[in-house]
Amino acid sequence: MGRAAEIARQIRWYWGSLMGDNHYRRYVEHHRIKHPGEPVMSEREYWRRRIDAIESNPNPRCC
Amino acid sequence: MATPTAAADRFEETEGDVTYIRTDKDLPPVAIVDTSPITVRHRIIFGIVALIGAISWAIIAFFRGETVNAVWFVLAAICTYVIAFRFYARLIEMKIVRPRDDNATPAEVFENDTDYMPTDRRVLFGHHFAAIAGAGPLVGPVLAMQMGYLPGTIWIIIGAVFSGCVQDYLVLWISSRRRGRSLGQMVRDELGSVGGAAAIIGIITIMTILLAVLALVVVQALAQSPWGVFSIAMTIPIAIFMGIYLRFLRPGRVSEVSLIGVALLLLAVVSGGWVAETAWGESWFGLSAVTIGWCLIVYGFAASVLPVWLLLAPRDYLSTFMKVGTIGLLAIGVLIAQPVMQAPAISDFAGSGQGPVFAGSLFPFLFITIACGALSGFHSLIASGTTPKMLEKESQMRLIGYGGMLTESFVGIMALITAAILNQHLYFTMNAPAAATGGTAATAAEYANNLPLTGDPITPAQIEQAARDVGEDSIISRTGGAPTLAVGMSEVLHQVFGGSGLKAFWYHFAIMFEALFILTTVDAGTRVARFMLSDGLSNLGGPLRKLKDPSWRPGVWACSLAVVALWGSILLMGITDPLGGINSLFPLFGIANQLLAAIALTIVSVVVVKKGYLKWLWIPGIPLLWDLTVTLTASWQKIFSGDPKVGFWTQHFQYREALDAGKTTFGQAKNVDQIEAVIRNTFIQGSLSILFALMVIIVFGAGLMMVMGVLRGGGTPLTEDEPVASRLFAPSGLIPSKVEKEVLKQWDALPKSHAKSVGTGAH
Repeated sequence: MGRAAEIARQIRWYWGSLMGDNHYRRYVEHHRIKHPGEPVMSEREYWRRRIDAIESNPNPRCC
Repeated sequence: MATPTAAADRFEETEGDVTYIRTDKDLPPVAIVDTSPITVRHRIIFGIVALIGAISWAIIAFFRGETVNAVWFVLAAICTYVIAFRFYARLIEMKIVRPRDDNATPAEVFENDTDYMPTDRRVLFGHHFAAIAGAGPLVGPVLAMQMGYLPGTIWIIIGAVFSGCVQDYLVLWISSRRRGRSLGQMVRDELGSVGGAAAIIGIITIMTILLAVLALVVVQALAQSPWGVFSIAMTIPIAIFMGIYLRFLRPGRVSEVSLIGVALLLLAVVSGGWVAETAWGESWFGLSAVTIGWCLIVYGFAASVLPVWLLLAPRDYLSTFMKVGTIGLLAIGVLIAQPVMQAPAISDFAGSGQGPVFAGSLFPFLFITIACGALSGFHSLIASGTTPKMLEKESQMRLIGYGGMLTESFVGIMALITAAILNQHLYFTMNAPAAATGGTAATAAEYANNLPLTGDPITPAQIEQAARDVGEDSIISRTGGAPTLAVGMSEVLHQVFGGSGLKAFWYHFAIMFEALFILTTVDAGTRVARFMLSDGLSNLGGPLRKLKDPSWRPGVWACSLAVVALWGSILLMGITDPLGGINSLFPLFGIANQLLAAIALTIVSVVVVKKGYLKWLWIPGIPLLWDLTVTLTASWQKIFSGDPKVGFWTQHFQYREALDAGKTTFGQAKNVDQIEAVIRNTFIQGSLSILFALMVIIVFGAGLMMVMGVLRGGGTPLTEDEPVASRLFAPSGLIPSKVEKEVLKQWDALPKSHAKSVGTGAH
């Protein structure tokens, strides 16, 4: 049981990191440690900023 | 951001064969240098893997008369990859890359929540693979099947091990030591302005032809196919819906919206079948190739000027999801269905060079056609710029750079298998140009039965039945590779999932999957090329300097329009080409891609020499020389060959003379307009061949001069960044070693404090 739950957790973590579901959580944690006391962006703001960054810095996709 | 530190800040501690390096006395180690010799257990395992690989290779190469099971191809590939990754990649790591895990990567130093983000190696592997995998390795091996399965198999596997993976790995290496700079910037920095300018012009024209040919593949797959057009058209509203959902409704719920998107996409594929049966569906979506071409051009322009969140980003999620999922599905399908090869090991066309799919002999055109499955220049644009900004540790580059390309090569092998299990008469019916097959089942059957093929002849009724099976009116001369791959995939997948009733579904699923990520490449590529163009033009100075500002809308519009006009005109040229388009353009696509690889390998070789690793120059040097030989021979033949099927200019002048002589039909051209079209097209194709070859010769020459200068004690210095001490730890390989696990535990036990960087792993 414990092992199955651990594997499920790993898969969920991998999937969430690959697609981006847990990126905001990671940002908050990182921000709290590196810049304590500074205001943290909301999830909406965070994604807006990230997606808009692609606007001027597009990721090429291969042929 | 950390500050540069001297080597004195490192604290080393050695226990047996393992050295632990700390950058802070109070923190656990950030790097492990493990020099323990290979264990007996590993020796035995790798020995067995090598043995299985050798047996599989022997069966593929020497079994004649009997049909060969596809599983042997999978085994030969995987065993070769394992050995190459363990030994050759390790050699490259030890002798050239020399990773320093005590130094921070650009991702750690410049972490900014947008593009610089340290990412867990397994996740980054997924990202990198999704970025490099595209239509090329799927389409190229399918077309190369004209020469039989053996030459293609050998080149896809061996070429990847010794050239493609080496290129990806080493470009990743030089870029991550330079803050993740792009290929063009690195050429300018390391080779000077002439080489740099040639590289930029080369990269932009090469991207143009790549985008045009990819778009042409989609057009060929969708022309007169209302089912296909409907399901692809639906991906646009689906993407927009996803974009709005992520922007306004539930930001950050990426998996959730992707699952909804994939469900809608499957619905679009299924409902495409219903729509195609109605009269209005037939008339709305049964579009001609030219109309679809114009739609793609308009789409490419729109996608490049519309906000990213609306179309590009959600499409990217969708296409990543589909790409990884479908390739996995196909691998499972091949392993379960275990199809057998219908194609010969080496066909008659390999020697004669007179095949209908692409003209030219095995050397150099097989290598040109396979392109991305074995060595892809385009990868160097991803291995520089995107991936290095997410890398956690230098030692992970082997897994991501070398390992990522091995996976791509495996995709190429999958594509090769799906083409090789098809009836060979059907294969040539689908892939020969319409001028040869005549377009009807009767003429196509007669044409295919007169080719030097083994196996039973095909009847017109069988051709019609094959089309009905996949829900299409006709599959004759569906050139471009994508439809053939889709037929092969439906052949494999219907045996495992759903039975023959789902054949048509799987065919259109495969078409949709290919078109989806080709379109993602086209819109992202248009945007990337637009930035390169505005960046290159702004360097000219004067009023053009304004183009540097990416928010200056007139500049954005003008550059987008220029890029789309460039690839759009080549696309339309390919669609209306009387000679079939794809046969003359695909080699150009391959040459362009391989020349980009030559630029990347040149810059890597220069860095290797500058770093003083002359003894190991052969590692990037041999693939570079091989690649240059292949591409320049191909370019030479395309420019100078006296055979009109191969040489653009010979063909150009023959048609010109015919026109001057007042002929109204000539060769495959049925009227004066077509003769004029051939004259124009061969002129453009011939000129592009010359331009590509010249740009690459200039870059290679600049590289050679730089190497000579360095050897004589001069040359410009390296532009590597100053190392900065790392403050985080992460394992190198896919599975952490025992020592790495212990260090990970030490890091996990620490309280979350300012000194500790946020790890990205699942701990």
